[in-house]
Amino acid sequence: MAKRIDVEDLNVYYSDFLAVQGASVKIAPLTVTAFIGPSGCGKSTFLRTLNRMHEVIPGGRVEGKVLLDGEDLYGSGVDPVNVRRTVGMVFQKANPFPTMTIYDNVIAGYKIAGNRKSKNEFDDIVERSLKGANLWDEVKNRLGRPGAGLSGGQQQRLCIARAIAVEPQVLLMDEPCSALDPISTLAIEDLISELKTRYTIVIVTHNMQQAARVSDRTAFFNLAGVGQPGRLIEYDETAKIFSNPNEKATEDYISGRFG
Amino acid sequence: MTATLSRRSAPSQLVGARLPKWAPLVAAAVAIAIAIGLRFLFSWTGWATTTVTAGVLFVLILTAWSFSVEGRRRAKDRFASTMIYACFVAAVVPLVLILTYIAIRGFPALSVSFFTHSMNGVGPDDDGGGLYHALIGTLQQVTIAAVIALPIGIFTAIYLVEYGRGAFARAVTFFVDVMTGIPSIVAGLFVFTFLLLGLGMRPFGAAGSIALAILMMPVAVRSSEEMLKLVPRDLREASYALGVPKWRTILKVVLPTALSGLITSALLAVARVAGETAPLILLTGYVSQINMNPLSGQQASLPMMVWDQLGKRTGNSGAIGGPWEARAWGAALTLVLLVLILNVGARVLAYAFRPKAK
Repeated sequence: MAKRIDVEDLNVYYSDFLAVQGASVKIAPLTVTAFIGPSGCGKSTFLRTLNRMHEVIPGGRVEGKVLLDGEDLYGSGVDPVNVRRTVGMVFQKANPFPTMTIYDNVIAGYKIAGNRKSKNEFDDIVERSLKGANLWDEVKNRLGRPGAGLSGGQQQRLCIARAIAVEPQVLLMDEPCSALDPISTLAIEDLISELKTRYTIVIVTHNMQQAARVSDRTAFFNLAGVGQPGRLIEYDETAKIFSNPNEKATEDYISGRFG
Repeated sequence: MTATLSRRSAPSQLVGARLPKWAPLVAAAVAIAIAIGLRFLFSWTGWATTTVTAGVLFVLILTAWSFSVEGRRRAKDRFASTMIYACFVAAVVPLVLILTYIAIRGFPALSVSFFTHSMNGVGPDDDGGGLYHALIGTLQQVTIAAVIALPIGIFTAIYLVEYGRGAFARAVTFFVDVMTGIPSIVAGLFVFTFLLLGLGMRPFGAAGSIALAILMMPVAVRSSEEMLKLVPRDLREASYALGVPKWRTILKVVLPTALSGLITSALLAVARVAGETAPLILLTGYVSQINMNPLSGQQASLPMMVWDQLGKRTGNSGAIGGPWEARAWGAALTLVLLVLILNVGARVLAYAFRPKAK
């Protein structure tokens, strides 16, 4: 079932540059957690450490622990590929595979990995995932068309369908709506509130109102200064962060005094 | 556009005077007329000086006329445009002339029998004969070279783009760049020394293929590398995020996305070496008979047939315009057509295999 995430004192590096310092956060299962903060404060970097995508960047490394239901993702012998099957990710810019049809895009997590299933099983997976992403009605008659031929909002929902098709326990979303119009954004926010009944969700967003609408708990990241590492300043219930935060920096950011 | 040729009264701040649309034609006509007049005046022979004079006069007349009517900025614009067009013409005209000349000289030699007969038993001054033996040779040699060089090229490109970091990758890139400049005779000499002298073998078709492969490989590496780099990084990340291992990502996402570009670069690499002659002189020799076995015995090829028909091998009578000359042009034309087909084929396949949006 959906897992809890416990991050203990994580330092995130790009080669020798410390990007995020001493971040600790506890995320309960089946909740939506939002990471907010000004540009460049390390929230996307931190998010990518939760599924070991940070190390794909040359020089990316991490010190500290990320525990998924008590198991350290960065423990010795842990295979990043397995981690990424458990913790899925949706990116800021929708990236469906251009050489594949909509149908193949949804089951890409199985097909590319060489995971064979019968046609019926794949049909079920495609239907379930597209329904889960609220895209089924719009594309059910053209599953054989190229994935890149959809609108921006549809492509992003296709990527969400692709991510949930492999049945992860956690879903990470890196500014999923920032490239979309308000109607598509609303569709995806509605989708997030449905998905949270099945997955633990962590979403990075620049849009504070979106964080207030969508999340249960919110983490505010900030930079101490130019060239300084990002830090987690405050992490609390969303309602509290947006009405009565503890830290002054949080309150300044919320009320738009900077960022 | 107004055709005003003076700057009286204060014109609008926004609208400036312009030359009429027929101005370049008039300038050209005047330039040509003056140049021809100068030709007769100074009794120049031939047309080269006249043409150059006409060109220079055209630029001067048009620019000066534009300067007086349209102002400095537009005059500079016309001057620059004219020079750019001139450079384009200078680049394209020789190419068109060469192709036209080859076509005119070579076409009369082409016939069904030309394509289906070899030169066996046909002397340089005899009629008949054909390029079948040379065509088979070229096709076999180039295909074997491609089979050797293209996989090496593509795998090297995959290493450089997906895996290579640090000193070793930089060294590989450096040496590949150096290899793109190897003269074909040097590649031929290398294979000659090791294979023919070193192992004591006689010339044979596939020996030429090895030299052609050496010449083909750096081109294949570089252009494949560029095609693989064009695959956006976020596609690879999307695949990793699904829990797909790296090698499968390369095989199932990167290569299919880059496929049309890879096919194009492969065909262009083949076209690059299809006409290389120097290694073939050393390594494949030439015979007039059909040799279907590239692994044994000398084998003909299209470039070598041109060389042969021009008499270096058999020392023909040297009379201008014998059957040997037509055959040489026919072989040259066939070689050009082969390269042309490869280039066009590359474009057609690139279009057919591109990732489709609709």
